[in-house]
Amino acid sequence: MDLVSKDQNKYSIKRENNEYEVVIGLEVHAQVLSESKLFSTSSTKFGAEPNTQVSLVDAAFPGMLPVINEFCIKQAVKTGIGLNAKINKKSIFDRKNYFYADLPQGYQISQYKNPIVGEGTVILDLPDGEKSIGIERLHLEQDAGKSIHDIDPQNTFVDLNRSGVALMEIVSKPDLRSLEEVNLYIKKLRSIMKYLGTCDGNMQEGSLRADVNISVRKKGDKDLGTRCEIKNVNSIKFMQMAIDYEANRQVDILEEGGKIDQETRLFDTKKNETRSMRSKEDAHDYRYFPDPDLLPLEFTDEFINELKKNIPELPDEKKKRFIEKFKLSPYEANILVSDIDTSKYFEAVIKKSDIKLSTNWITGELFALLNEKNLEISKSPISALNLSKLINLIKDGTISGKIAKSVFEIMAVGDADPQKIIEEKGLKQQSDPKELEKIVDKVINENQDKVKEFKLGKDKLFGFFVGQVMKISGGKANPQLVNDILKKKLK
Amino acid sequence: MTNITDLTLTELVNKIKKKEVSSREITNAYVNRSEKSKKLNTYITDNFENALKKASDFDNNPNYEKKLPGIPIAVKDLFCTKDVKTTAGSKILNNFIPTYESTVTENLWKEGSILLGKLNCDEFAMGSSNETSFFGNVQSPIGKNLVPGGSSGGSASALAAKLTPATIGTDTGGSIRQPASFTGTVGLKPTYGACSRYGIVAFASSLDQAGPMTGNVKDCSLLFDVMCSYDIKDSTSVNFKRKNYFKELNNSIKGKKIGIPKEYRVDGMSKEIEDLWQKGINIIKDSGAEVIDISLPNTKYALPAYYIVAPAEASSNLARYDGVKYGFRSEGKNLIEMYENTRSKGFGDEVKRRIMIGTYVLSSGYYDAYYLKAQKVRKLIKNDFDEVYKKVDAILTPSTPSSAFTIGEKSNDPVSMYLNDIFTVPINLAGLPAISIPGGHDSKGYPLGLQIIGKTFDEQNIINIAYAMENQINFKNQIKDWWI
Repeated sequence: MDLVSKDQNKYSIKRENNEYEVVIGLEVHAQVLSESKLFSTSSTKFGAEPNTQVSLVDAAFPGMLPVINEFCIKQAVKTGIGLNAKINKKSIFDRKNYFYADLPQGYQISQYKNPIVGEGTVILDLPDGEKSIGIERLHLEQDAGKSIHDIDPQNTFVDLNRSGVALMEIVSKPDLRSLEEVNLYIKKLRSIMKYLGTCDGNMQEGSLRADVNISVRKKGDKDLGTRCEIKNVNSIKFMQMAIDYEANRQVDILEEGGKIDQETRLFDTKKNETRSMRSKEDAHDYRYFPDPDLLPLEFTDEFINELKKNIPELPDEKKKRFIEKFKLSPYEANILVSDIDTSKYFEAVIKKSDIKLSTNWITGELFALLNEKNLEISKSPISALNLSKLINLIKDGTISGKIAKSVFEIMAVGDADPQKIIEEKGLKQQSDPKELEKIVDKVINENQDKVKEFKLGKDKLFGFFVGQVMKISGGKANPQLVNDILKKKLK
Repeated sequence: MTNITDLTLTELVNKIKKKEVSSREITNAYVNRSEKSKKLNTYITDNFENALKKASDFDNNPNYEKKLPGIPIAVKDLFCTKDVKTTAGSKILNNFIPTYESTVTENLWKEGSILLGKLNCDEFAMGSSNETSFFGNVQSPIGKNLVPGGSSGGSASALAAKLTPATIGTDTGGSIRQPASFTGTVGLKPTYGACSRYGIVAFASSLDQAGPMTGNVKDCSLLFDVMCSYDIKDSTSVNFKRKNYFKELNNSIKGKKIGIPKEYRVDGMSKEIEDLWQKGINIIKDSGAEVIDISLPNTKYALPAYYIVAPAEASSNLARYDGVKYGFRSEGKNLIEMYENTRSKGFGDEVKRRIMIGTYVLSSGYYDAYYLKAQKVRKLIKNDFDEVYKKVDAILTPSTPSSAFTIGEKSNDPVSMYLNDIFTVPINLAGLPAISIPGGHDSKGYPLGLQIIGKTFDEQNIINIAYAMENQINFKNQIKDWWI
């Protein structure tokens, strides 16, 4: 399967006589960024030894009671605000009852009919404009523990470190239509939550997972088709692969005159296929009811307003500001705001430097460097301050763009002050016209044959002369000046 | 000198404070009498050796400032006690030793009390006769083969038989008041939220409350004073201003308005219960209080609503006993089979019955018709009480529709058994406090209890009314130590 070759904005599945639209909704499970769990004081730190972060509450010992972690509640409300969503002033924790070895209580505390956050929206930036994706709800729930089946052939081992960790389940409306939209939606959600500091968005550590709901319908149909839910997909790439497989599977069934069964499916990442986990008939009856150990959550307006006051500038606002204030293109603004650390870096650089040059250097050289070294911008080997200095040296003509690239490479190793590098390596640009004229004269004298050809109309040779001058100057000649002088002398 | 075990809790506290008796002597007396009383089957786990050691420790380093200095107390085996086996009367927890202490028992130990042992109870507090316990039924000291009531049957029996100077129980639908009534003792079910539920094996979370069980009302006020505390570890614990219930105890009843609800005059109510109730009404009148006829119109729906809400919560609360983490496990070929074997063998019939009822009423398609409707009924019942409390300060009713029955008499008829809770469950559904005090004896000489129901967090008021009535009733238990 080749995801890239498809026309990603107009994703559809074509068969001989029919074209199908794919309708996608996501239930994203985002781990709340919090030191301790939703109903206990155990640590949530990733990667600890199994069963070392488990309290009596997490392991459901007799007589143990959940106590709400206020911080997690605030995190969920902040996320709701970031999703432009309605904050429900009263919400209720329910018990979702089912048996599993890694679910110590025999129920998961979740929110069913009265979630903490109601309807909201997320804006996607598509090449042909913005698209608004509806949010159905956001609710809080506990994570289960982890069953480990591959340590022992006979037994399953259970690690309860995750048991009780706070998750936000963010349910979208079935508004997504393509693999690219899914990609942008997940990235946007992650970006918003990182801005808010409510979820670290780390998919490798399982901080962000999704259940994917997919249905297909013939192009132009108004009614939604029967959907299947693919459980627990943990990367954007796998989501896209699963959706593409599943949509095609459904289309194949419909093309053969069959009907889609509503069911829950699993995505096998090794075989790249989805397979049935349970049908609607076998669906669990979770026997939801309000958890009598917990009082309903009730917020005052003051509580919500206080949180609203402390919401930072979010990507959409920031983008608008970057476009208006810094005259960036929407494309550039998007790139720079999508990650909060990138936007911070950018704003730090432009505080002292030219905006246009800064934008180019960050989205060009710096991104390439980070990409190559597989680093987050927060771990950038070049500080914003030093990059800003480098840009200023280009701007005032101290060095050429080309030299700057060499300096940049040196900086990438040890984050040195570019001014010092230039002085130590003698890379300062030669901008004295008299000195440059001498070099130009030398080049002309030594290449009389080429001069003749040039004058006969071989314009391309101009580059040759520039190159020779640069070579002799050790790359330090001010290219603009060299051009001017050459043009004059070769007339 | 009178027998130590014949003294009341407050008498023991006074004597120990006056250094007339040591903690060791008191503990020894209760241990000895308990050792001689195995026939009653009140203890599931005794802590005698350790209690004696702790009593000596107390005597060597006494602190008479405490409210229960060096006083041994046995508690219902539903309270988790650190390093002492806690079974909830069930096979599924028959090997469970908590590493933690319930808040209520912790409050006792903090005030100088010493754990004497863990008392028998109906399995997971589900029962009204103590016959559902995995550890066998309990005999009532009142008469051979008589049930002590339930679910706090071991507590009531041990208290009445003077195997402990006081005890604590839990009350979900009458589990303190009904056994108190059956054994001629005093039992208080506090307002929901008054005592912490932390560390108490849960039956029905929205109804469970711990409370004191004592020989008289004064002891009740002292023990409640010690037990009752706000606890951040229980989200349903209420942070209201708690009184010093013992110091503020008085017998002023004059001028108080006491309601008599007509709906408690149920069909087929025995003459003896009628007479008992009338006796209570007369005492109230004679004491200068005003008796007011009231109506609690939704009372008849309380029992059915209770038998939906309580099993529903229980079915979920008991899901954690699955053989995976602690307690009894019966192996199976796979996880599901292990669950089935463990829970089939680990739970008794009554517990299974309630898990099934609870699972059923919460099932999709039935939830609205049962659980949701029961919750609405619950609200109506609460409204009934709120309405009458505009006119009265407290309510007087019988505690139970009959005196104690014999072992086996009702064990095959769950509905008849459930009907025993008819006067007590509405109070749990409404979250109100109520105290049962001995009101007299029936023709067989078995005790009968009177229940005084109060307003939310108005325990002091009903304790004081009970104190005044107790004085007039002058009840004496007729226990002849038949088992020794």
